[in-house]
Amino acid sequence: MIRVALRGLAGRKLRSALTALAIVLGVAMISGTFILTDTINKGFTTIFTESYKNTSAVITARSAISSSNSGAALTGGFPASVLDKVTGLPDVSAAAGSITDTAKLVRRNGSTFGTHGAPAIAVSYQPHEERFNPLVLVAGSFPTTSSEVAIDKTSADKEHYKPGDTIRVIARGPEKLFTVSGIVKFGTVSSIGSATIAVFDLQTAQQLFNKLGKFDVVRVAAKGNVSSSKLATEIRPLLPPTAQVRTASAQVKQETKDVGFVGIIQKILLGFGGVALFVGAFVIFNTISITVAQRMRELATLRTIGASRRQVMASVLGEALIVGALAAVAGLFLGFGLAVGLDKLMSAIGIDLPKSATVFATRTVVVSLIVGVAITLLSALRPALRATRVPPIAAVREGADLPPGRLAFLGPPLKAIVTAAGIALLLYGFFVHGIAVTQRLVAMGVGALLLFVGVALISAWLVRPLASVLGWPATKIGGSAGNLARANSIRNPGRTASTAAALMIGIALVTSVAALASGIRNTVHNTLERTFVGDYAVTSPDGFTPFAPASEKALARVPGVTAVSGERVGDGKAFGNTVSVSAVDGDVAKVIHIDWAQGSDATPAQLGANGAILEKTYAKHRHVGVGGHFSLQTPAGTKLDLVLKGTYVAPKGPPAFGSVIIPQRTFDRVYPQPTNLFEFVNMRGGATDANTKKLKVALADFPDVKLQTESQFRKNQSKFINQLLALLYVLLALSVIISLFGIVNTLVLTVFERTRELGMLRAVGMTRRQVRRMIRHESVITALIGAALGIGLGFFIAFLVTQALKKDGIGFAVPTVSVVVFVVAAIVAGLLAAILPARRAARLNVLEALQYE
Amino acid sequence: MAQTATETHPAGAATDGAVVAATELTRRYGQGDTAVDALRGVSLQVRRGELSAVMGPSGSGKSTLMHILAGLDRATSGEVFIDGTAVGRLNDTELTRLRRKHIGFVFQFFNLLPMLTAEENIVLPLSIAGRKPAREWLETLIDKVGLADRRTHRPSELSGGQQQRVAIARALVSQPTVVFADEPTGNLDSATSEDILRLMRESVDTFGQTTVMVTHDPRAAAIADRILFLADGLIVRELPRSDPADVLAVVNELNAR
Repeated sequence: MIRVALRGLAGRKLRSALTALAIVLGVAMISGTFILTDTINKGFTTIFTESYKNTSAVITARSAISSSNSGAALTGGFPASVLDKVTGLPDVSAAAGSITDTAKLVRRNGSTFGTHGAPAIAVSYQPHEERFNPLVLVAGSFPTTSSEVAIDKTSADKEHYKPGDTIRVIARGPEKLFTVSGIVKFGTVSSIGSATIAVFDLQTAQQLFNKLGKFDVVRVAAKGNVSSSKLATEIRPLLPPTAQVRTASAQVKQETKDVGFVGIIQKILLGFGGVALFVGAFVIFNTISITVAQRMRELATLRTIGASRRQVMASVLGEALIVGALAAVAGLFLGFGLAVGLDKLMSAIGIDLPKSATVFATRTVVVSLIVGVAITLLSALRPALRATRVPPIAAVREGADLPPGRLAFLGPPLKAIVTAAGIALLLYGFFVHGIAVTQRLVAMGVGALLLFVGVALISAWLVRPLASVLGWPATKIGGSAGNLARANSIRNPGRTASTAAALMIGIALVTSVAALASGIRNTVHNTLERTFVGDYAVTSPDGFTPFAPASEKALARVPGVTAVSGERVGDGKAFGNTVSVSAVDGDVAKVIHIDWAQGSDATPAQLGANGAILEKTYAKHRHVGVGGHFSLQTPAGTKLDLVLKGTYVAPKGPPAFGSVIIPQRTFDRVYPQPTNLFEFVNMRGGATDANTKKLKVALADFPDVKLQTESQFRKNQSKFINQLLALLYVLLALSVIISLFGIVNTLVLTVFERTRELGMLRAVGMTRRQVRRMIRHESVITALIGAALGIGLGFFIAFLVTQALKKDGIGFAVPTVSVVVFVVAAIVAGLLAAILPARRAARLNVLEALQYE
Repeated sequence: MAQTATETHPAGAATDGAVVAATELTRRYGQGDTAVDALRGVSLQVRRGELSAVMGPSGSGKSTLMHILAGLDRATSGEVFIDGTAVGRLNDTELTRLRRKHIGFVFQFFNLLPMLTAEENIVLPLSIAGRKPAREWLETLIDKVGLADRRTHRPSELSGGQQQRVAIARALVSQPTVVFADEPTGNLDSATSEDILRLMRESVDTFGQTTVMVTHDPRAAAIADRILFLADGLIVRELPRSDPADVLAVVNELNAR
């Protein structure tokens, strides 16, 4: 029987290959995701591990508000005397202090390297502490004077910087000129992503970052047999409250935890892989079902010569097993290519992360193979069960029907129940309060899955009405071929339905994403329009990386400027949580519209040293009224006692401020390195070309900021939504492609099945062209049914989501243009899918087709 | 109803000396006004080593009879015994076992598996049953059906006659209690038909293979030891071994009625 299965596959190569492709792509997505995220993770861990090579214990600045390491730059370091104390310990063999901060490198064209949220790393270098240095020279030498800097290889390559060149660097305030002393790279890491590195000599770094007499990090090596944890215990009592010590491995673990977002990226990508596999499952289910139907006589013959039901089932499942295994292996290796593609895709929207050499983990192999084989087998299960019901008498009788299964009476109610259960789970996931996030996601995921399956089952009933409407153009354009195509598409409604269902899933997801995106875009647009009322906005080039506020003063000096207001951002701890803190000056209300609940546009100017503003609901939930006190702790450890001076109502959509608003003067006093998120400018005459020019001149020394008019600013702020949308489309396109293979497959099988009929049609005068047209129209009708169902479902899902997010101001919007595009895409997809089957059908030899038994 | 029939005809009595026996078989298709009685009470016995032919015009019920005898279809009432086993009461697993051990099939349209070679098709019943063909027997058989030089050919590379030879060898390979042949020459030209009929006759003579053949071809029926004539769901005549001319005479006579 295994031979029967094997030979069966070999005899149906095209079909088997098309079936396998449905799984190959899904598995490739899974394996590619693992390969990419593993490579990124390894890149990060290598960076962290190498950062602490030859190190037993690490002393870092302590953030008063969280255990995260990211606070280091914001705390201003700890006294350098710690190093002397530690060096004095008998168990210490060596110790070295260094500076870690941020400094932006400037391109030759005057703009900064955009790091897209990755750090612009600045580190210090000491010649005699080579043992702790994770950086390797590629060219030139490490900096030894206050005018030298070494930069990372990626940045150097991008802008062709060589040792001896001059480069501008922004550490604090305006840019400074340095000579490139050397090019460095991070140990064995092949890419540090979009991060940049600037290396300064230690004294220079301390000066640049206002950390004279201070360190950010002290690396300590223990003597021979002293354990790291023992060393850490010995160091701990020597430290001031602004410093903490960890063993090197604990430090690596801590820093690894800070890049947990890689895990989230992995889960999201795996999700898309799951969708692709789900669509693939439909395709496989459909192909095998049709194959079983076409092989009825063969299977019945096997029964008459003594094959048991179990053996028949085994032969169908055996075939699936082989296809699944081959597809899984192919997908596993295709994953390498896909990993590169995914990386490019993420880089395109600015997510460029460090990478080590490609990591191909055992887990990747195991999961890919298991998933590929399991999905194929699962989808083959029902057709295999049906195959066991093929009666032996079908060997001698044409058109014998399958006897209904024992559970057939459950059919119609089951379809309804599956659909209803899907909807119920979706509703539960979206609208029930107080359930865990995981539970919610599972409910929504399983709900969507059931809904798709349910609709696919029900759609067999909808094929007839849908085909008669959607097939109407075909009958007008295609003449008799179109008429036949429409009739053919409803001949086997179940088959058409499940073929269309595969496409439906992709289109449903794309539609709901489009509908959500247009809802979100509307909200963002409206909110931004209402909130930001200044003439000009200044941000960093990517729009979200905070930048040094020094440019404020330059802007204020421009003649005609009526107001400059920067919004500082930082972290703090209030009401027991880490919150984002915004700091504003007295002019803020001139550039940002604030919807006051208590207070007025004059309030920001009246905050004094310890006034604060909170969002109305936020304040209410924390039981602070105007006049009430609360405290805010900064990362550097300062505790501010604040008095609530005003409350405002935050707009739906993107908030303009952090949770706590404090006066700028106070912020600058307690945050060692204040940064701005935005700066807004009002100018006499508003945004005009002349004004723009004046401001640009003033900002010439600040390559790390970008000047935009308010309308440009609004556009840039919503740019990310479009990029994200594009990314989602590309990821979902995979599922749509898979469903195309499904249509191709069904049509190829159908053409084969109708060989005789096609021969007859040719014999009575149908031209090859008409035959091709007939197949093409049938394909397009099937695709349109998929699109119609998908768009409907997509709207339904988007509607649920927007209802659930109503309080965030996200409304339901019909993305008309997108829908038109999807319908056109479905038609094109149908035409593409028909190419091969139509050619096959037209190639049929009339005589042979008629003789074909 | 099937139960009542078998109770009145205990296995021992019905199968006395016969490898295939049928008692009072009826078969009704459909219900109510549209019901059609394909068989209306057929009893017969097939003795070991005998070649029986069932003849009749289309619609006479001969195919239905064979399907029921071979356990492919179930009788509305009455019972079939193969080697003493009441077929009508078997479940699917038992029927499968029965087919492996007791039944061989030859079909009008050959029903070979297109992806297997001639030899693989021939041994398929054995490999399905998890048995290995005895080399010697297989060689004898392949020799007998004249396919020694066609073993590795696929069905698509064989002529109709050769395909039917493969099918016959496949039916014989497990040395079943009885081979059922359903219009074995129905899809062949007359010269090839003769070859096939000779082969079937020889398989009975050489191997003592009990065979039941359904046909409407008088020349085919003429090779049988016994010819049963079916009309309107009843056995209406029985002939011993006869010339084609005599068979044709009976056919004509029955058609004239």
